[in-house]
Amino acid sequence: MSYYEEQDLNRFSEIGKHRPDLFEKFMAWYQACQEDGALTRREKALIGLAVSHAVQCPYCIDSYSQSCLEAGSNMEQMTEAIHLASAIRGGASLIHGLQAHNSVNKVSM
Amino acid sequence: MPQVLPVLNYQLAVADSPANFEETLAAHGLELRASTVETLQVNVGKLCNQACKHCHVDASPARTEIMTRDIVKLIIAALRRFRFPTLDITGGAPELNPSFRYLVAEARALGTKVVVRHNLTVMFEQGQGDLPDFFRDHEVEVVSSLPYFLEQQTDAQRGHGVFQKSIEALHRLNAVGYGGEGSGLVLNLVYNPVGAFLPPSQAAIEADFRRELLARYEVSFNHLYTITNMPIKRFLDYLRRSGNEERYMRKLVEAFNPGAVEGLMCRTLVSVDWTGRLYDCDFNQMLELGVAPELPQSIADFDASKFFSRRVMTGTHCFGCTAGAGSSCGGAVTNG
Repeated sequence: MSYYEEQDLNRFSEIGKHRPDLFEKFMAWYQACQEDGALTRREKALIGLAVSHAVQCPYCIDSYSQSCLEAGSNMEQMTEAIHLASAIRGGASLIHGLQAHNSVNKVSM
Repeated sequence: MPQVLPVLNYQLAVADSPANFEETLAAHGLELRASTVETLQVNVGKLCNQACKHCHVDASPARTEIMTRDIVKLIIAALRRFRFPTLDITGGAPELNPSFRYLVAEARALGTKVVVRHNLTVMFEQGQGDLPDFFRDHEVEVVSSLPYFLEQQTDAQRGHGVFQKSIEALHRLNAVGYGGEGSGLVLNLVYNPVGAFLPPSQAAIEADFRRELLARYEVSFNHLYTITNMPIKRFLDYLRRSGNEERYMRKLVEAFNPGAVEGLMCRTLVSVDWTGRLYDCDFNQMLELGVAPELPQSIADFDASKFFSRRVMTGTHCFGCTAGAGSSCGGAVTNG
């Protein structure tokens, strides 16, 4: 058995077995976030794909890859979103280099 | 017999879902009946110059099933008797039927609006180079599949080299006036998902196509129809080979939209196969699921009065037409 099982994505609602009130609130919020608003569904699907990669959730990556296709996105657009998420993750690590510099400078002559 | 097996298999594949279409309709207080008969959709045969991976007809250059002139004459007689407002001609590549031009000319002479489902590349087959002129001269409405505005996706579904030929064909149609403002010559495109997923919003993807086809290739068109891939024949084979059948069927069932039922094409259309047999739609035709048994079964015996409010024969594949914004030969059936 793997820690991640593809079919578990379809079992998500089982989380609601305990504290269904909290799960229902989450689902209402989650679904409302997907609707067309100031951003289109397609823009939101690409944001979702990027965030899925940033948080490295295989369920989310699977789900938002489908959402992007069903919103009319192509692989070029999706790959750009993934690169942006990855670049921000990379930059976020890299800027912490200043913490290291600060730490080293503090104890250096 | 083998033709009905896929329907049964769908139910096995999604055993824990309410995958019976009739029961799903009933659960929403709905019943599927025709509302009128506006369109006679004629499939003139399975012969095609392409063999697209999503084809629900399983059409290809190897197919030999083709409508004879005698059956075409029965179609024309039905048009004359019942004055269908629209004749929608499909295949295969319908232009490869030797009686195709005869059928179009006779229907137009009767004043019938003629729609042809034209795959674009057939224009480059022997003797077909004048199709743009023929279409223009007979004021045919042209509906052409172009699954995406990029070569890679289009060729992945329709075959190597199809995209470039399609763009050249679109240029030729544009050149005689198709897709141009004020020309009165209508060129509509069809988007099919290139894989096991649902189509996007029709309005959104139409705007993309219009912008990208004009900017990249100087191609114009009137409207884009989004059509859901139906789990029948070659597309069903693809779903099975790729391990996507259960997931795709679950997607269709879970996306059931009761609001799409009112606009389903089977409510306004009668379908005829190459032998003259009658069906509620081209998908039922490919599953050999004829019209209700109490109705005339052949175009030779067609009687419009018996078809106006007929009950429509359904199967699990019907979830393909009710998923999301709904799907028909005229694209999405709702704005959702």
